[in-house]
Amino acid sequence: MEAKMREYAIIDNYLCIKMPAEVDHHKAAGIRECADRMILDDKVKNIVFDFEDTTFMDSSGLGIIIGRYRKISCFGGKVYAVNANERITRLLTTSGMTSIIEVVS
Amino acid sequence: MNEIKLEFEAVSENEALARVVAAAFIAGLNVTVDELEDVKTAVSEAVTNAIIHGYKECGGKVIMNAALKRESKDTCLLSVEICDTGVGIEDVEQAMQPMFTTGAENERSGMGFSFMEAFMDQVTVTSSLNMGTMVHMEKRLKGYDERQ
Repeated sequence: MEAKMREYAIIDNYLCIKMPAEVDHHKAAGIRECADRMILDDKVKNIVFDFEDTTFMDSSGLGIIIGRYRKISCFGGKVYAVNANERITRLLTTSGMTSIIEVVS
Repeated sequence: MNEIKLEFEAVSENEALARVVAAAFIAGLNVTVDELEDVKTAVSEAVTNAIIHGYKECGGKVIMNAALKRESKDTCLLSVEICDTGVGIEDVEQAMQPMFTTGAENERSGMGFSFMEAFMDQVTVTSSLNMGTMVHMEKRLKGYDERQ
């Protein structure tokens, strides 16, 4: 539980999700489940994905972002990516994800 | 010429294993960090497809074949094949379209094949229904295999 507390924090109406070192299909289900529980329980408006520890991400990461965006965008919420390294920033940009997620440097 | 073959169970834990093995296979070359990550990402996409779509997350065997061929004094051609004996793809051309997904309910982005094509020089998919799918990918890499 303590680990989860560190990985998922709510600050004002922002849900901050600390993404793991490797974001793939294997990790996606757990992130999705925890994030969605917090979105429901705590009336989160916006989501911040923190990529500080992330060194690898495949298209499963895009699926996580798209799914969470769908859940909060109908209530006017926004999705942000912070601390993304050069490669992950490029993945988000070239895949067209920047139309739904704002990459904050 | 150097070759490896890896056979593993189609469970999501093995996605990381497959991409780490592929990375280790080319580690002897003077590849850039970006090239290494390109190969890891493409392998991860193909293996994830085999697990989710080929075997519908019910398990099975995935085989990864990788080969390195010296092309010239300072280039090598990497070929990677990811094979499953799962349900197969009915319409390969449609499956390879960006954003196409049959897994919307599981929140797949539909970008798997697009990522493979973006990160490798060539991607060929051979599939037949109820027989399985083979994804063949090639990438030209600078440097030579010092183990040869």
